[in-house]
Amino acid sequence: MAVLSEEQSMLRDAAKSWVQEKSPVSAFRKMRDSGAELGYDVAAWNEMAEMGWAGVIIPEEYGGSNFGYLSLGLILEELGRTLTASPLLASGLAAASALVLGGSDAQKSEWLPKIAEGTAVGALAVDEGPHHNPSKVEASVKGGKLTGKKAFVLEGMAADVLVVSAKGEDGKVGLYLVKGDDAGVKRTRLHLADSRGAANIEFNGAAAEALSGGADLLEKVLDRARAGIAAEMLGSANQAFETTLEYLKTRVQFGQVIGSFQALQHRAAKMFTDLELARSTVEAALAAIDADSPDVPELVSLAKAKMGDTFHLVSNEMVQMHGGIGMTDAHDAGFYLKRARAAEAAFGNQAFHRDRYARIQGY
Amino acid sequence: MADFGGGDLDAFRAEARAWIEANFPAELKNKPNPMMREEAVEPSPAQQAWKKAMGDKGWGVPTWPAQYGGGGLSPAEARVVQQELGRAGAYNPIGGMGVMMFGPTLLEYGTEAQKQEHIPGIVKGEVWWCQGYSEPGAGSDLAALQTRCEDKGDHFLINGQKIWTSGAQYADMCFCLVRTDTTKKHEGISFVLIDMHQPGVEVRPIKLINGTSPFCETFFTDARAEKKNLVGPLNGGWTIGKRLLQHERSGLSGGGGMFGMGRSLDNMAKEYVGVDEAGRIADSDLRSRIIQNDMDWRAFQQTAMRAMAEAKGNSGPSAATSIMKNAATSTLQTRAELTVEIMGAQGLGWTGDEFSKEEKEAVRSWLGGKATTIYGGSQEVQSNIISKRILGLPDLTQNH
Repeated sequence: MAVLSEEQSMLRDAAKSWVQEKSPVSAFRKMRDSGAELGYDVAAWNEMAEMGWAGVIIPEEYGGSNFGYLSLGLILEELGRTLTASPLLASGLAAASALVLGGSDAQKSEWLPKIAEGTAVGALAVDEGPHHNPSKVEASVKGGKLTGKKAFVLEGMAADVLVVSAKGEDGKVGLYLVKGDDAGVKRTRLHLADSRGAANIEFNGAAAEALSGGADLLEKVLDRARAGIAAEMLGSANQAFETTLEYLKTRVQFGQVIGSFQALQHRAAKMFTDLELARSTVEAALAAIDADSPDVPELVSLAKAKMGDTFHLVSNEMVQMHGGIGMTDAHDAGFYLKRARAAEAAFGNQAFHRDRYARIQGY
Repeated sequence: MADFGGGDLDAFRAEARAWIEANFPAELKNKPNPMMREEAVEPSPAQQAWKKAMGDKGWGVPTWPAQYGGGGLSPAEARVVQQELGRAGAYNPIGGMGVMMFGPTLLEYGTEAQKQEHIPGIVKGEVWWCQGYSEPGAGSDLAALQTRCEDKGDHFLINGQKIWTSGAQYADMCFCLVRTDTTKKHEGISFVLIDMHQPGVEVRPIKLINGTSPFCETFFTDARAEKKNLVGPLNGGWTIGKRLLQHERSGLSGGGGMFGMGRSLDNMAKEYVGVDEAGRIADSDLRSRIIQNDMDWRAFQQTAMRAMAEAKGNSGPSAATSIMKNAATSTLQTRAELTVEIMGAQGLGWTGDEFSKEEKEAVRSWLGGKATTIYGGSQEVQSNIISKRILGLPDLTQNH
């Protein structure tokens, strides 16, 4: 755990107690079973917004608290522990980052206060296929109208404002704002294994306003989203591990708790080691963003790759070490396994980020 | 997050820079630390002068108390000294097991008289220490050690055999775990300091698979230790011995120093394997394994920084120490494997002019590095410790 300021400690403690009281994994199960159209519980999201969580990286003049990315990461980590589904990452982190970094005064004034108070949801629409590939952009803007297709848009169904990557009339990639209720926007809900909100979106001449910053802005926004989801994954992976560890200490076979078997102990020690290493990478990436360090791209790729590997391992071991009960839908293990793969794929999986890391290093 | 210094440190930085400029011999700039060599060689006058200057200043152990000759600096100031040494291309000539392990332990558990007697010699690099822990029948199960230590009234009499005593052939003194009560296991062990220059001590170097002999067998036959050289209570050595192991493990995981990091793997791979039209290492399978190893090393370094920032204010190594050793050693072993693989058959050259110095060092580092997951608590023992101490799983060995 990073050394925290007093504000950050309070924020984390508040998030921890709200999550444990109001949003345990059973709340996620209920949301999934209800078939919630948006892929999250709207009432819970409203409570989160009331606590100011949607405005953590938004400047105070636009209704936020400007506490920074490490602070927002602490909240996402706590939410990740119980797999709490919400638009916090897509809206309060990704879309808000795009507006803060690339919006005009008018665009910021229009959207940031509403995002901060949770009355508007933003989402980032970048990929056009099943593999993260932000440099492959077919969507285009002509005369202020955006045409093209975006795939696997997180919280795409809920979005009041979409931040869309597209080629401008000069052929260069940039980010554009499109309203969710524009007549030229057609959304299709995707039902994925992790039960979260995702959509494929077709744009047919939807009204689009450019943000400034071009492809650099796109990379900056993506790096913030990657670090944010890595923080959420850190919480999920730690909880998956702790739940598994508890099982090792209580499940009895051959007359003893199975946690007394060295074959399992050493795998537990390996998971713990990996979790500690991954935590360092995630916190370093978030801190680098707050410091506006030039190392942000490589540190973020390091964090997303290490966190992805770690959550992958821990989620697999969670099922394996629970044995048959871990295979049942009644147990939570499956939720963590499914979420792990969805989160790994989001904004670039391990292979994507290993390659990107090496390219940044020049090999 | 780590504190990387503020305004207060600027004045100290200027002072440190000026002192290093005035005292570090120019001819040693960017030269390797002679301490890192396996064989003892006569130091040059410049090397001796630099060691004396650093020893007198106490900056070889910058955070140790000034009353015993240490630098008396804060951790932030110590980092500045380290940075300024690096900037000047200077090495730290003060080191060894006295610095890494014994000194910190004695500062914590020794009497005032023991600290006065033993710490200054470590600070100045004048007394070389070795570690008498493992025995032929006591490796991972260290508390099974049998070396007998009998109270003879005015002195202790020591009989037995130690093994893997690093650097015993050059050592002046040995910090040693000995058995003072044969009726108990852990509670029958004491921590004594033994003079290596006496007739009852015989040292035989052990040749390893990489051709070097960094470790020895050490035989004690009616060797003596003075009563004042018992550290801590009689039969109370296990606690002290374990504490020292924590220092050893944090030291062993502290960097690639011992087996040398050399140049980056991607640089080597570009040379030996070539690059594709996009400038990537041509062998994509090798490339992805190099990336993985780079990332593992970076994550380890970040964790070391994080542990340091979190431990600030606390003294001594944290519980994270045991994680660090496994993480560092496995990553560095993989790195050594990759180095040999990158070089191909050239990376297996043992002797001869057909192989570069770097190639011959690669094969020996790869082999020598195998010891790192065995000594200082094997990988498996570290995993046992994590399981029991940190994760609270049942202990099957009852040894740690």
